[in-house]
Amino acid sequence: MVEITEAFKNEVLDVLAEICESDEVKDEPDIRLFEEGLMDSFATISLLVEVENRLNIKVPVSDFDRSQWATPNMIIERLAERK
Amino acid sequence: MISFIPYASFRFFIVTGILLLPVIIAGLSGKRITLYNDLVAIVMVFLIFYGQPAQFVSIIAFIIWQAVVVKSYFELKKRNNRSVYFYTAVILAIIPLFFVKLSADVPVLGFLGFLGISYVSFRSVEVIMDLRDGLINEIPLNHFLRFTLFFPTISSGPIDRYRRFESDLKQVPSGKEYKELLYLGINKIFQGFLYKYIIAYLVHQYWMSSPALASNSFFSIWMYMYAYSMYLFFDFAGYSQFAIGFSYIMGIRTPENFNKPFLSRNIKDFWNRWHMSLSFWFRDFIYMRFVYLMIKKKWIKDRYLISDIGLALNFLVMGFWHGFLLQYIIYGIYHAVAFISFNRFEHFNKKHHIWPKNNKWIHALSVLITFHVICFSFLIFSGRLNFLW
Repeated sequence: MVEITEAFKNEVLDVLAEICESDEVKDEPDIRLFEEGLMDSFATISLLVEVENRLNIKVPVSDFDRSQWATPNMIIERLAERK
Repeated sequence: MISFIPYASFRFFIVTGILLLPVIIAGLSGKRITLYNDLVAIVMVFLIFYGQPAQFVSIIAFIIWQAVVVKSYFELKKRNNRSVYFYTAVILAIIPLFFVKLSADVPVLGFLGFLGISYVSFRSVEVIMDLRDGLINEIPLNHFLRFTLFFPTISSGPIDRYRRFESDLKQVPSGKEYKELLYLGINKIFQGFLYKYIIAYLVHQYWMSSPALASNSFFSIWMYMYAYSMYLFFDFAGYSQFAIGFSYIMGIRTPENFNKPFLSRNIKDFWNRWHMSLSFWFRDFIYMRFVYLMIKKKWIKDRYLISDIGLALNFLVMGFWHGFLLQYIIYGIYHAVAFISFNRFEHFNKKHHIWPKNNKWIHALSVLITFHVICFSFLIFSGRLNFLW
């Protein structure tokens, strides 16, 4: 397990809320983003670009496997692993 | 000459079943005899193509070509990850396929083709993409060949991904795990028989080919649309079940291709359920790459425009890939328009909520509308409307 600070968590959630155009991601961090229609391929790219610019974490497009990045909490974990 | 096209004859199932017996026995005791599996792979490629010596020569030349392109790119990239190397490698990997598809208009190019050239090309391009991103750091020739020439999926997919495939290669299932895989595999093969050789056959024989649907009246074409859509699904889903089933017996968990596509609630949902391994390949390597490049380089500012161009590109390439014929290109444009329109609508609905999400009647209506949008696209695809243009 990697350690996840509160500040990091909030930073990622802010980015996510912006991309999904919804605060649902903050209220329900286990929501299935793709199944609920909050995210799609385009949002995925926006997320990867924002994460690279703001958090300085680079994730290659083909490394983004939807089943591993399905919820806000999972996204936070995946990003923390790559920090 | 005796045909040995995968899953097309009783002979294929019998011969392959016998060849796989040692694989099954080893698997049940938690072992894998790699040498034997490789031997089966070689024998299968030989059996599939020996009936057509021209294709046999093509596939050998083609695979050498792909191996040289991938290996050279790998070496160059180690020295310098320049974009120009990457794009050159992708173009070189795709060129044979391009010529073969062009042969629909220029028949003289047809000599390059062999059964499954598309699927082998897709696998090769995926490897180049992963090398570019640094997701693959070494690519032993034997792994590359096992991946690209994996016989259960060689003719029409599903399209696996190298890293996923390789992890199955490295991890031999325990006897217990293999028993489960074998059971699932055989189950899938029998589902394949039901789909392809019973349902699709009956639909084709008694509905699609019915003399009542032969005229060009509105009603005939309307009924033909349903018949063809059902036929297309059961025939291809059945084929995919065979391919996945035989993969499982080989200890490889080839990904699924269909997930109840006719129950999709919108066109976006449909492309996550229909011929998934292909649509995901297009999504990951065309649409997403394009969008990433545009956003990153800030070449286009308007986000909707980026997405629309990406989708148009995605589906146009898909259309052309089916063959350089008008019906396929119109099919591609049709899906691009449907997808872009739906995106606009979804965006509008996010603000105005005119189409509620959690209502079962609305859901049923969405499924019904989507079903017809899809079936109409298959009608275009089938060529039944070719008399119009």
